[in-house]
Amino acid sequence: MSTLCEIRDLSVTYHDQPNPAVGHVTLDIEAGGRLAIIGESGSGKSTLARTLAGLLPPRTRVTGEIQWTGGTPPRPGRDLGFVFQDPSSSLNPVLTIGEQVAEGARQHLGLGWKQALARTQEMLERVRIAQADRMLRAFPHQLSGGQRQRVAIAAALAAKPKILIADEATSALDVVVQAEIVALLDDLVRDAQMTLIFITHDIALASGFADRVAIFKDGRLVEAGPTASVLAAPAQGYTRTLLQSHLDLTSPPLVEEAAT
Amino acid sequence: MTLLEINNLSKHFRSGGRDVTALDDVSLTLDPGQTLGLAGASGSGKSTLARIVMRLLPPDGGSIRFAGEDWLALSGKDLRRRRAKIQMVFQDVLGAFNPRATVASVLDDPLRIHEIVPKSDRPRKIAELLDRVGLQANLADRSIRDVSGGQRQRIAIARAIATDPALIVLDEAVSALDVSIRGKVLELLVELQRERDIAYLFVSHDLAVLRAVSHRITVMDGGRLVETGPARQVIDNPQSTAARALVSAVPRLRIQTPQGHSYEP
Repeated sequence: MSTLCEIRDLSVTYHDQPNPAVGHVTLDIEAGGRLAIIGESGSGKSTLARTLAGLLPPRTRVTGEIQWTGGTPPRPGRDLGFVFQDPSSSLNPVLTIGEQVAEGARQHLGLGWKQALARTQEMLERVRIAQADRMLRAFPHQLSGGQRQRVAIAAALAAKPKILIADEATSALDVVVQAEIVALLDDLVRDAQMTLIFITHDIALASGFADRVAIFKDGRLVEAGPTASVLAAPAQGYTRTLLQSHLDLTSPPLVEEAAT
Repeated sequence: MTLLEINNLSKHFRSGGRDVTALDDVSLTLDPGQTLGLAGASGSGKSTLARIVMRLLPPDGGSIRFAGEDWLALSGKDLRRRRAKIQMVFQDVLGAFNPRATVASVLDDPLRIHEIVPKSDRPRKIAELLDRVGLQANLADRSIRDVSGGQRQRIAIARAIATDPALIVLDEAVSALDVSIRGKVLELLVELQRERDIAYLFVSHDLAVLRAVSHRITVMDGGRLVETGPARQVIDNPQSTAARALVSAVPRLRIQTPQGHSYEP
């Protein structure tokens, strides 16, 4: 697999902050791969995602290097799509679903409105929005949280980017909808042979479909590597802590069983 | 004796000209010192049920008996006095606190309002509550915004136990916490339950969390309780479509050995 981007000794410090949000990170991202960036709050995982996407606020200090294969960084919206945690705040409340998804296709693919809307309807069907033709005229507040996130994914993918960054894209959704959205991302990324960078706090969620993982804590990269080897044989104590803290249906309960 | 007995509760909302059934003929019971896990997807009605139990919303029909009394018939002074016995912990703790509050004032409120201890004794009681939830007493003077998310959730728990409640409604109480903190908070809740015989109505969409702390689990779908039973039975052998969907949606940790075998530890 070829490398999409080489991150070397990257540090990012927000304006007026004494400490870097991300410090001395060195990491390779493979083209066409699925990289899960795993960390808890304050780990720097979202800052790294925003740095890659060129979405840092003004006056943020960035040192170190990000080398993109091909020389120039991906153009946000065109070469790189971004899905945020909260779909309500990433969609414009006064635009219809059709308008906001078509905007990306119009801007970046040079389509007219009519073609862009046709592309939008196709995208809404791809993300499995029922009655896509009617949904073009709906507003975000008329949709459920899961539907809004599907629309946000459609908008991120409208311009056929080669890279998709999903930043805690399923954390605000209930587990059933989360499972559907993860399955959807899985399909879309495979079909379009995109590079997926999946930011999450949930190591189990990442274990299901990432081929590489990078574990972050307090702004530092703890360890990175193929999912299988990092999870089966973690080199770092913190990775083991994350694995041990994971709670699923086989974890021993903390209370005794109720009598039947 | 049953602590909480809910019979045939119903609630409708008008939304955008449509009639939405939030609760449809909901009946359940909860014994002292036990945890009932209330599971369901978004919009299943579980938070509406929690809010009606808290008397934050009136139901359209049905009855609730709490500690042998008609809980929905209580009003005024009687309701205010009994309210000490049912407390609630929310997911978004910051939103549940006055943002200008200090840690001490958050804990002082219930002690004062419900006249738990005399004024002169409150600082000692606040220190005791902080200690009980695993926090240092010197946190008392800090602003509620200047403590970490995990500390804030412990303070919310301290506030809930301050009035010596018989029931605490936990609405997604650990969903916003980091995993390394979540386990410790769940352990604290179980310890407090054993020590003080508190019943929990634990509302969550995450069956893994409910499995860890619940004696029984009930599953809600479209405003109805579709399945109720001992926690293990509901998880291992779900009968309803909603329960099966919730069980299969829990992310499994998949660890592949370098030989390519996959197992779930």
